[in-house]
Amino acid sequence: MTPVLQTVRLTHRYSEGTPFERVALDSVDFSAQRGEFIAVIGHTGSGKSTFIQHLNGLLKPSSGTVLFDGKDIHSSKEFTRQVRFRVGLLFQYPEYQLFEETVYRDIAFGPKNMKLKDDEVDERVREAAGFVGLGEEILEKSPFDLSGGQKRRVAIAGVIAMRPEVLILDEPTAGLDPGGREELMENILRYHDGGKRTVIYITHSMEDAARTAQRIVVFNHGHIAMDGTPGEVFRRGFELIQMGIIVPQITRVMMRLRELGLDVDDGVYSVEQAMAALRETKGGGDHA
Amino acid sequence: MLKDITLGQYYPGDTLVHRLDPRTKLILTLIYIAALFTAIVYAGYALVVLFLAVSILISRIRLRNILSGLKPLIVIVLITGILNLFYTKGEHLLVHFWRISIYWEGVETAVFMALRIMLLIAGTLLLTYTTSPLQLTDGLESLLNPLKKIHVPVHELAMMMSIALRFIPTLIEETDKIMSAQRARGADFETGGLIAKAKAMLPLLIPLFVSAFRRADELATAMESRCYHGGEGRTRMKQLSMALRDWIALAAGVLLLALVILFRRLGI
Repeated sequence: MTPVLQTVRLTHRYSEGTPFERVALDSVDFSAQRGEFIAVIGHTGSGKSTFIQHLNGLLKPSSGTVLFDGKDIHSSKEFTRQVRFRVGLLFQYPEYQLFEETVYRDIAFGPKNMKLKDDEVDERVREAAGFVGLGEEILEKSPFDLSGGQKRRVAIAGVIAMRPEVLILDEPTAGLDPGGREELMENILRYHDGGKRTVIYITHSMEDAARTAQRIVVFNHGHIAMDGTPGEVFRRGFELIQMGIIVPQITRVMMRLRELGLDVDDGVYSVEQAMAALRETKGGGDHA
Repeated sequence: MLKDITLGQYYPGDTLVHRLDPRTKLILTLIYIAALFTAIVYAGYALVVLFLAVSILISRIRLRNILSGLKPLIVIVLITGILNLFYTKGEHLLVHFWRISIYWEGVETAVFMALRIMLLIAGTLLLTYTTSPLQLTDGLESLLNPLKKIHVPVHELAMMMSIALRFIPTLIEETDKIMSAQRARGADFETGGLIAKAKAMLPLLIPLFVSAFRRADELATAMESRCYHGGEGRTRMKQLSMALRDWIALAAGVLLLALVILFRRLGI
């Protein structure tokens, strides 16, 4: 099956040709199949934000290619523009991009740029607003009068209203309270719709990544350092810590138990799994 | 990328020129400009050029960087040159056709005027290339201090300037980010006529202004909560102090001006 998104030896250098040149991505090979739910992790400056900005053609690779449905994103200007609508990208702190007089018009910005008919725009705006839980009464308000959490929802609705096949989010839950975090993750999961759409998101919360993602991609110094299921990735907890990534607390507990000589599976990332793993060892060991 | 635009254009270094006290450099630049405008003869110009060339050599700033700084002025230099070329009357007629006549004096004035503008900018470029914006404002504040006597809010002005300078990179970064975010929603900043382009800027400008005001607000709160209340009784972490090299540099500057005045008097 053709991957929906694929990068081939993707390399990106900032400030090329100046003394400040810096390699942000170095020959990254990556592919995402339709319907995947991928978490991207890595410490600050590892290249993950640069990476996702290539996936909808905002940044042009210094070398290498980015393919959407097997076709080079930069093959024509028209195609790049199309890809922008089909691969929705939500930046960090997206509430700072709001600009319209009313919430309604802000959400409609994307669909209008797609040159959709007015009634289609209207339908999408209402649907997207409903999706993120914004009531009708908010649509006519100024986005600048809303609370931080509501503003973020408006921004997300603005991307969802384009109905992108792939939704990419850069730390969508940063700066939200636990309740808001939970709701947002639920929204994203619902957008994924059991695999009808593709979701790629950057997160610093390992707990979130472990709980929701089917696949975790770890960036380090502009390379993909690991790529696998949460279990596979967290089994290499020691390497993760060396890369400056904080692994889930429960994984750390299991790692420590292993260090102390207990033969437990340290690829776990939830309390339930840890309990199961401990029970399994209990039969053989006398420590537990 | 917007990030590549050089603003404030400071090139860090550790040469004699970099180490000079910012006040010295400011005064030297003023002396240099005075000399430049006093010079009307070949010898005077030669001296000014020599002074600048030596300064650039010591500072190890590449000529390429100075030239690229001059690039935006090409049009002004050309217009000044051409106007002077055609409008200066003299005794030695060179070319005459239809109603246009070019005199030798016109050529001379045109070249000198163009040279003067370029030297003026090159000199000030050297100042900003070798002095960090913060040093520059510190120097300015210190030089303007006497004006406090006549109630000019020198400290406040300097503070405003350093804050403005401090936020230029931040705002550029912010612009970049908002631009990307809107482009991700299909905004198009490149195509279309003038009006379409101006309209397309709204989704960029509004969030930018909002965020600039928000930042200003936050900064004011942060400063107030640390009891900032203006310049009265404030001490500095980095005290400016004049060293021997500063006095020598100033002496060189005064010598330059004196010689240029002398040459002008002598008319050589």
